[in-house]
Amino acid sequence: MAQFFSDYTWPWLAYTLAALVHIALLLNLVAVAALLFIWLERKISARIQDRLGPTRVGGKFGWLQTLADGLKLLTKEDLMPGGADAFLFRLAPYISFCASFSVFMAIPFAGGQYPFVAIHLNVAVFFILAVLGLEVFGVILAGYSSASKWSLFGAMREAAQVVSYEVPLGLCAVVPVMLAGSMDLVYIGDRQAGGFWNWYLFHDPFTFITFWVYFTCATASVNRAPFDLAEAESELVAGFHTEYSGLRWSFFFMAEYGSMLAVSLFAAILFLGGWHGPLPLAAWLDWTFDHGFWHGIAGNVLGTLNMLAKGITGAAVMMWIRWTLPRLRIDQVITTCLKYCVPIAAVMFLGAASWQYAMPGRTFFGLVGLSPAAYQLAELRPTVDTESTAPTKDGSPDREEQSAAGDEDPVELQSSVAIMTRDDQR
Amino acid sequence: MEPPIYWPSFFFLLFSAIACAFAVAVVLSANIVRMAFYLVMSLAGTAGLFFVAGADFVGAMQLLIYVGGTLVLLIFGVMLTSQDRFISMKTNSFEMGMAAGIGACLLALLVWAAVSVPEWRGLDRATAEAVPLQPTATPIGMGLLGVRVDAPDKSGYLLIFEIISVHLLVVLIGAAYLARTRQRRRPMAG
Repeated sequence: MAQFFSDYTWPWLAYTLAALVHIALLLNLVAVAALLFIWLERKISARIQDRLGPTRVGGKFGWLQTLADGLKLLTKEDLMPGGADAFLFRLAPYISFCASFSVFMAIPFAGGQYPFVAIHLNVAVFFILAVLGLEVFGVILAGYSSASKWSLFGAMREAAQVVSYEVPLGLCAVVPVMLAGSMDLVYIGDRQAGGFWNWYLFHDPFTFITFWVYFTCATASVNRAPFDLAEAESELVAGFHTEYSGLRWSFFFMAEYGSMLAVSLFAAILFLGGWHGPLPLAAWLDWTFDHGFWHGIAGNVLGTLNMLAKGITGAAVMMWIRWTLPRLRIDQVITTCLKYCVPIAAVMFLGAASWQYAMPGRTFFGLVGLSPAAYQLAELRPTVDTESTAPTKDGSPDREEQSAAGDEDPVELQSSVAIMTRDDQR
Repeated sequence: MEPPIYWPSFFFLLFSAIACAFAVAVVLSANIVRMAFYLVMSLAGTAGLFFVAGADFVGAMQLLIYVGGTLVLLIFGVMLTSQDRFISMKTNSFEMGMAAGIGACLLALLVWAAVSVPEWRGLDRATAEAVPLQPTATPIGMGLLGVRVDAPDKSGYLLIFEIISVHLLVVLIGAAYLARTRQRRRPMAG
């Protein structure tokens, strides 16, 4: 993107513009997702409880209900308890939201040679796991600074829960990394090209179970019911956000729904083929970068829709679980993590490793050979391994492709070959 | 044309300012939770410096270990030391003076070391931009498994890696042993 702008303006301005475009797109995604999810949560909970839910605001289905709620929250008084630590109390919601938002910087929405991603990180999986764990920081600060027993209890529970669930979450995320041989999410997604039988969910029995363990841990790590001990309203009033009101309170909810979407998108890339649909529709329509730049962009837009559909489905499943299962006790939560999720994840990791050793290059429980599309894409996008073992000094075409998305990449400006000319060469 | 804003320098200055300012705030604050918060911000600024330098793996590592680790520290700080509602710690002026003196000595030593080595002087802008951005995760991983990507004739760090791994395992087992609840079997009849 910066490269594109730098054809028209100065490099420093090009970087600024590219960064602003990315920020605007991602902020809108998170905000609109929160808007949608709150409405969806109301509707799903209503249907599960045999009610109608919102029906009036915005005409049909009450789809503007969230906006009305938001306006109400804007007009509420911004309260703060007298004994609170004012500085941390004010800051905590923003920290939560920033951590939740930062995850989206590294999540790709489409792959190919020009992936739709704000920062194309080599270690995106690792980065996302690191940043996901930071959201709890805002929760702890909120709980502590509120000067309320309920809040502090909620925050402590949340801390214990998130810190324990990071272990199985990481173990589960390692399995697709091992299968793809890279921590680059774009590469992991593109290795699952060509139909649902190439998805890592169906790669072997072990990855199939790993996905469900991952989903359990992800639900727990974003603090959703049945793991929402931090805000257990039957015991702790409202947990860590008891003392919050108005807009600050809504920031916590933006953060919660933002991270729900983030872990769902992360799961979609790691296990559910990412931007590759259940059937290789983009390949059938010739919407790939082999057939021209705009064909590829069309395919990427289709891929983005795929990603969003998977992300929303994941979040909807989390809502379904929330309104179906009763809340666990804190000891049950920790038991689920340490006695079930961690051992299962560890065994699945070993199993997936041995399966990969026994049946290399086969997928769909070893029944189908890996589709040529996955290999093809993998060849087009040079892996990190081949590059770093044979480092090239000049900006060879392969290196340009690798760095095409990294916005802070000095190589990018240097080799300001226009995108279209490269397209013609191909 | 000289660009009005050179982004790498801008972000370097921004992140170093964050790291330094919050480090000073850690020293000057009296509230233990605020201290931990400032420490987290300072460490996050350091992670930002790593990202600016193109070391994305080390930057993410900094976020995961130091920032996440400080988080746990914060929790224990609150749980174990909390007598009042807000914990505050007072440092007397003698300790402050001692710390300032030691800190000044260390700073002088580090600045002198950083300036005296010619290889550490930094590149001019044109040379720096000509250096291609290398992926860092693979060389680090290969190096820990015994293959140096940058210098194939030299040996890697496999032995050190193994020693550290075993050491960490020992520490973990020891911590679990120390932290376990010592339950005595009590006779059921009471």
